[in-house]
Amino acid sequence: MTAPAIELRDVHKSFGSTLIIQGVSLSVAQGERHAIIGPNGAGKSTLYNLISGRFPVSAGSIWLNGEDITGLKPYEINRKGLSRSFQVTNIFHNMTVYENIRCGVLWSLGYRYSFWHRMNGLAEVRRRAEEVMEKIGLEKRRGMLAGVLTYAEQRALEIGVTIAGGAGAILLDEPTAGMSRSETARAVELVRSITEGRTLIMVEHDMGVVFDLADRISVLVYGEIIATGKPEEIRANPSVQEAYLGGLHKKDGHA
Amino acid sequence: MDTLKFSPINLGRWILWGGTALVFLVAPHIFTNSFALTMLTQMGAFIIFALSYNMLLGQSGMLSFGHAVYSGLGAYMAVHALNLAAKGVLPIPLPLLPLVGGFAGLIFGVIFGYVTTRKSGTTFAMISLGIGEMVFACALMFPGFFGGEAGISTNRVIGKPFLGLTFGPALQVYYLVAAWCFLCMAAMFALTQTPLGRMANAVRDNPERTEFVGYNTQHVRFLQMVLASFFAGVSGGLSCINFEIVSAENVSAIRSGGVLLATFIGGIPFFFGPIIGSVVFIIFVVALSGFTKAWLLYLGLFFLAMVLYAPGGLASLLLMQIPVIRARRFGELAVPYLLAGCAALMALAGLIGIVEMVYRLSEQGVSTVLTVLGWSFDANSAAPWAVFGLLLGGGLVALRYAARLVGERWGTIQAGLQGRAA
Repeated sequence: MTAPAIELRDVHKSFGSTLIIQGVSLSVAQGERHAIIGPNGAGKSTLYNLISGRFPVSAGSIWLNGEDITGLKPYEINRKGLSRSFQVTNIFHNMTVYENIRCGVLWSLGYRYSFWHRMNGLAEVRRRAEEVMEKIGLEKRRGMLAGVLTYAEQRALEIGVTIAGGAGAILLDEPTAGMSRSETARAVELVRSITEGRTLIMVEHDMGVVFDLADRISVLVYGEIIATGKPEEIRANPSVQEAYLGGLHKKDGHA
Repeated sequence: MDTLKFSPINLGRWILWGGTALVFLVAPHIFTNSFALTMLTQMGAFIIFALSYNMLLGQSGMLSFGHAVYSGLGAYMAVHALNLAAKGVLPIPLPLLPLVGGFAGLIFGVIFGYVTTRKSGTTFAMISLGIGEMVFACALMFPGFFGGEAGISTNRVIGKPFLGLTFGPALQVYYLVAAWCFLCMAAMFALTQTPLGRMANAVRDNPERTEFVGYNTQHVRFLQMVLASFFAGVSGGLSCINFEIVSAENVSAIRSGGVLLATFIGGIPFFFGPIIGSVVFIIFVVALSGFTKAWLLYLGLFFLAMVLYAPGGLASLLLMQIPVIRARRFGELAVPYLLAGCAALMALAGLIGIVEMVYRLSEQGVSTVLTVLGWSFDANSAAPWAVFGLLLGGGLVALRYAARLVGERWGTIQAGLQGRAA
């Protein structure tokens, strides 16, 4: 049996005396699309920051493909094949779309800190960047500065930069946040296509997106996972309904 | 398709570099007097220094207050190497001496950079300032190596001529500096086009995201620092050859501040900005200081004006005009520009008059009589104060109106350009 792609073992995180994550254990299989849902302030983003190395864990351990990555720096975790996006768009605003993607591609192709290669001469980098741009549908925007793209385009670029290095495990933080319905539909298709053959963990507020995309769902409430299971199991779970889903569905119904 | 699309850009690049080389070649034949030649030589060395500084500030977002450490220590190593070469101990031809400076700069870049680049932002700036002060203090504390207050002097004419060149005459030194300057310019430009150079920009713009695409931002900063220190050292080696003396001034905070000023005035967002900045800076430092003791004040005011009104430096002011010229609408700006220029000159004349009179009055044992364009006046009398005061006041008011006119015209042209693009 192969090791899970991402595994959290009894992870705790506190800021000062405030416990934000209180003993989360989670196992995501290779190739699984896993969604984490939960009310605001449940600790979803903190959990992401712990997995991707942005914050150190207070206790517990995190494993990537059977390897302990607890305490590694973000760039070390990225090099091991885990890449993340951000809830608030976090791209290189003063660079063009093409250059943004190129930044994501470079390390994985082994050019590292090279100051003896001419960037424009790197055919492989160019080819990979073209591929990614086509995938995220921004090939026509290649020469534009990232800062002047529309919001939906920036979100797509955010995903592009995340997947450019070819990481096997992807964390997407609210990929459809703030999008219109049609934009959301396109974003869902994009996420589906780019995670083909990869492991995905995503945080998402839009329940339509979650139930559409996810193979399994975990519900995080006050820093604890109260349920993990297939979409239909989660939908039927009474404590989940009480804590989270019920209220949200009612609101959706009125909208 | 691709070759068609890209060939004009490459051609432009060839013209640009060819033109630069040509300027280096013919400059001493246009400005023929020895004073101008001294200035050109200093400009060449300073251009390398400022470009290397911009590898930190403009390209990697690292504000250093101690860059003179690397050029200065490079210069010290070069001067010792030169003295050893003169004794016949070290077989090194003079034209390669800047390499000694460069490698010294690089080694100190590794040592000090390891400490400074662990942090970015304000902390980096503070540590760089601290290291600058430390090295300057050392320069005065260890006269054996640094030569104390007097510094270490040398003679660049050593041994047998190199390819028939003795490097005694100033013109030969100029061409040596020019050759190194051109080489370093090309090398530093090439560096901006490498993976490290591009990732340095990424670290500058968004260090957090850079970490999440696999890059250790600290290591990127460190490598940029080491490379920049190498070029700073080369510049130090050249100034050692040019001045034949290296003193504590070479590692001083004044010099570190100077390169910051020059680089910023030229324009840190652009590769060629520091080149323009160096030329202007050397004119201030070398030429203007011969005319007036208030040159530093003028430089300071100029710097202030740039920070406030043109944070992209002279380079950005130049580049802003290109789309307007391309659209053949520069003519609409000619009159407003001319008016603004006249108003600025008027205000400047008033300012200079007042500043110079103040200097005359505050200094003991200096005549208070000044002569400008055949007009002699006494700083103790009221008339010149009134004249210069009116010039300054009237100039500033006129400048306000002219600037508004420029702004309006600029706005309509930009709107027109955008309308056409959309």
